Amino acid sequence: MSVISAELASHRFAAGLAAGQLDRLAAIATSIEVPAGTRLFEEGGHAASVWLIRTGRIALDLHVPGRDRLIVETLGPGDELGLSWLRPAARWQFGAIAQVTASAFELSSAKLTGLCDSDHELGYQLTRRLLGTAIDRLQAARIRILDLYASPSAAVGGL
Amino acid sequence: MATPADHRGRYQLTAAGLEDLHQALTSAGYRVIGPRVTADAIVLGELKSASELPFGWGVSLSPGGYRLRKRHDSAAFGHSAGPGSWKQFLHPPREQLWSASRTANGFVLDHDATPERPDKMAFLGVRPCDLRAIQIQDRVLGAGGGHRSAYARRRAAVFIVVVNCTEPGELCFCTSMGTGPESGPGFDLLLTELADGAGHSFIIEAGSEDGCQILEQLPVHPADPGLAEHADAAVAGAADRMGRFMDTGDIRELLAASHHAQRWEDVASRCLTCGNCTMACPTCFCTTAEDVTDFSGEHAERWQSWSSCFELDFSYLHGGPVRSSGVSRYRQWLTHKLGTWHDQFGSSGCVGCGRCIVWCPVGIDLTEEIAALRAERDASIPAAIAGPDAGSPETG
Amino acid sequence: MTDCRLPVRYRVSSRVEETHDTVTITLEPADDPIAAFRPGQFMMLYSFGVGEIPISVSGPPGQPSLTHTIRSVGAVSASLCAAQPGQVVGVRGPFGTSWDDADSPGGDLLLVAGGIGLAPLRPALLSALAQPGRYRRIILLAGARSPAELVFAAEYGRWRDSGAEVGITVDRADASWPGQVGVVTQLIGQAHLDPLLTAALICGPEVMMRITARSLTAAGLPAASIWISLERNMQCGTAECGHCQLGPLLLCRDGPVVNFKIAEPLLAVKEL
Repeated sequence: MSVISAELASHRFAAGLAAGQLDRLAAIATSIEVPAGTRLFEEGGHAASVWLIRTGRIALDLHVPGRDRLIVETLGPGDELGLSWLRPAARWQFGAIAQVTASAFELSSAKLTGLCDSDHELGYQLTRRLLGTAIDRLQAARIRILDLYASPSAAVGGL
Repeated sequence: MATPADHRGRYQLTAAGLEDLHQALTSAGYRVIGPRVTADAIVLGELKSASELPFGWGVSLSPGGYRLRKRHDSAAFGHSAGPGSWKQFLHPPREQLWSASRTANGFVLDHDATPERPDKMAFLGVRPCDLRAIQIQDRVLGAGGGHRSAYARRRAAVFIVVVNCTEPGELCFCTSMGTGPESGPGFDLLLTELADGAGHSFIIEAGSEDGCQILEQLPVHPADPGLAEHADAAVAGAADRMGRFMDTGDIRELLAASHHAQRWEDVASRCLTCGNCTMACPTCFCTTAEDVTDFSGEHAERWQSWSSCFELDFSYLHGGPVRSSGVSRYRQWLTHKLGTWHDQFGSSGCVGCGRCIVWCPVGIDLTEEIAALRAERDASIPAAIAGPDAGSPETG
Repeated sequence: MTDCRLPVRYRVSSRVEETHDTVTITLEPADDPIAAFRPGQFMMLYSFGVGEIPISVSGPPGQPSLTHTIRSVGAVSASLCAAQPGQVVGVRGPFGTSWDDADSPGGDLLLVAGGIGLAPLRPALLSALAQPGRYRRIILLAGARSPAELVFAAEYGRWRDSGAEVGITVDRADASWPGQVGVVTQLIGQAHLDPLLTAALICGPEVMMRITARSLTAAGLPAASIWISLERNMQCGTAECGHCQLGPLLLCRDGPVVNFKIAEPLLAVKEL
C-alpha cells in the first residue's frame, strides 16, 4: 500500500474500501496544500476536480450583485468537495475558497469517472458515498430553509 | 341530644330538623349553600332557609338532556348532579389575584394585594362523588407555592354536609370510579335520606370536630337500628342501579397508547368544542390569567378566570395554537381527565358524576368513547406492537 | 419565603443589546430577593400594565442578581426589551426543572444551542466552567441564523480560555464571516464525541432539538443521556392553570428540562 493509499484509508470518504480499490483511487489522487484565501474554483467554471478535505476549511460561495459574496456552506475535515462534476454539464454552481489553510486529496473528475466506468464495484461504492453526501447536504439545506431561528413575529403567511 | 362519649355514632333527624341544621350553621357564621330550583333546573345557591331545598323535585337525565320532574315523594335530595358543581364556590369563575399601582420608576403591589378573609361557607347536599371531586381539586389547587392559595384559604373555611346516594341518576357511574354511592371520609356531617311510605327522615353522623359541634345542637336521637339498616341497604342498592359503567382497569395505558386512534376523528366530527363539559365538570380546574389596567394606566390588576382546553388559543405558542384541530382538543380533554391526570396528580380526574354527558349539546358519552377506544386497541394488537410510527425517517 | 404567586420587584441594573431584536437585562432585587435559581429554570417576568411571560434565567447562579435574555416577539417581550436601567419589573419564580439533573461528573458535558436557545444553557455552561475538573471535556456547539444574530458573541473567547471547546456555525453569512456556515448538527461530527461518556443538553426551537437529538442518538448517545428544554403556553408557573401540559407532563413542574427518553415519544405525536 502506497503512502497515499494509507492516508486515503483514514479519510472518512474512503473508509471501508478494499485495499485494491484504495490503490486504484490513490493512483489518481494527489495530496495538495491550499493556503488560506486560495480560490479553488469559480462559479460557472468547468467542474474538473473532486477534493477530499483533510484539514482546514473550504467555503462554498456565491457572488450576488450589490452584496458581499455570500457563503453557502463551509466544509471541513472528512468532507468531500465537488458534486457538480457528476452532471453532464459539469459546471460549478458555486465558487470555493479556502477560509483557513487546508490540505486535501485532489482527484481529476475525468479520471475518476473513467475509473468508475471500468471498475463497477468501485463505482458503486463511490456512488453510494456521494449519494450519502448529497443526502446529508440536502437535509441540512432543507432545515436551513425552514429558518427555524427566525422570530415568530417576522413570520409571513403563517410559516 | 348527643353526648360527647358517643358523638361519632349515628343519629336520626326528622325532615323538619333540616331547618335546625340550617339555623345551627347560620348561627355558627356559615353562609349556607345548597341546591334550589331555579329556572327549570336544580342549581346551587345560597339558601336563606332549609325550606328552599328542592323538596319533592327530581330530574330526568339523558345525553344532552336535562328535565326537572316532580317526585312522588318529598325527598329534598332526590336529584342527580345539576349543571353547576361546588367548584364555582371554592374555585370561582373569576377572581382577582392582585393589584398594583404605578410609581415613579416602577410599581408597588397594593397593600391589600392578597384577598381578605373568605366568608365561611357550608355546603349542604354534597354528593359523595362531588366530595371526591373537591378532594381531587384539593390535590391540584390546594398545594403548591409554599403559601396557602386563595383556594386553600376558602377550603379551610368550608363546612361540608354530604348526602349519601340512594337513587343514582340515569348517567351516573360513581361505582366505576370508586367514588360512591356511599361517601368516603372528608365530610363534616353525613346524611342518608329516607323518604318513603314510612316517613321522611335522615340518618346523620359527624365526621369531624366541627361536625360534632353542629350535630350537638340538633334535635337528634340515636338512630333506630332498623332504620339505619334500611338506609344502608338503600345506599348499597344504589350501587346496582348505575346508569353507566366504565372499565378503568388499564385506562391510563389505554389512553397513552391511543394517540393515533381512529376514534378521535369520529368523536371530533360530533364535538362542537363548546367546552360545556369542562364547565360542568366538578374537577376541571384550568384558568387563564389576564392583566388589565384602568384608563389612566396608573393601576393594574391581574385576574384569573376559568379557561378550557377546548378554547382554540388555550395552547397558544409562538404564533399559533399547538392543539388547533378539534381532534387534538377532544383527545387532550379525555386523555387528561382519565389518563394523564394519574401521572400529574396521582388519581383519576373523573368521579363518575355524568355531568359532561348531560350537558354536552350533542350528547357525547365518555363511557362510550372509552369503550370504543378499548375495542379499537384490542382489535388491532399487531399494529399496536409495531407502532404507528415504525420505520426510519424518510429522506424524501 | 416569598409567595411565588405575587410578582417581586426587581430593578434593571444593566441592559445589553445582543442583536437587533434581543436584549439581555440584569436585575437586582428592589426588595427581598426571591429564592435562588438553578440552571435551566425560568422566571415569570412582569411588565407593569402589559403582562407576564416565562423567560429562562441566562446568567450565572449563586448571585442575588438575575440575568434574562429576551427576544422581542410580542407586547410583553417588547416592553421588557425596552426597559431601561432603574426601571422596576416584576419577577415570580424560580420555576421548573434544572440542567443539574443531567450531571455526568468525570464525563463530558455537551451543550448544543440553536439561536436564542443559548440563553437558557448559559447558566449551565458558566456553572460547569466554574468547577474545573468536574468534567473531562466541556463542549459548546451553537448555531444561529446569521453572524449578527449570535448571542453572547463577545464571550466565546473567554469561554474557550476557561476550558470549553466552542464550535459556532450560522445558517447564512457573507464572505466577511470567517467561521463555519451550516446547520448546528454538522458540528457534531467535528466534536469527536465519546458517546457513552457524554451528557448532552440541547436548547433551541423544538424542531432543532428533535433533529439534534436524533443526530446524537445516531452518533451513539443513549436517549437517556440527552436532555432538552421544552416550552408550552405558560401562565401560572405553579402547576395550577393547566396550560403548559404536554401529555403527562406539566412543563412548569416536570420541565422545562426533560430527559429525551421521556420527551421523544411525546414530541412524535402531532398536536399533543
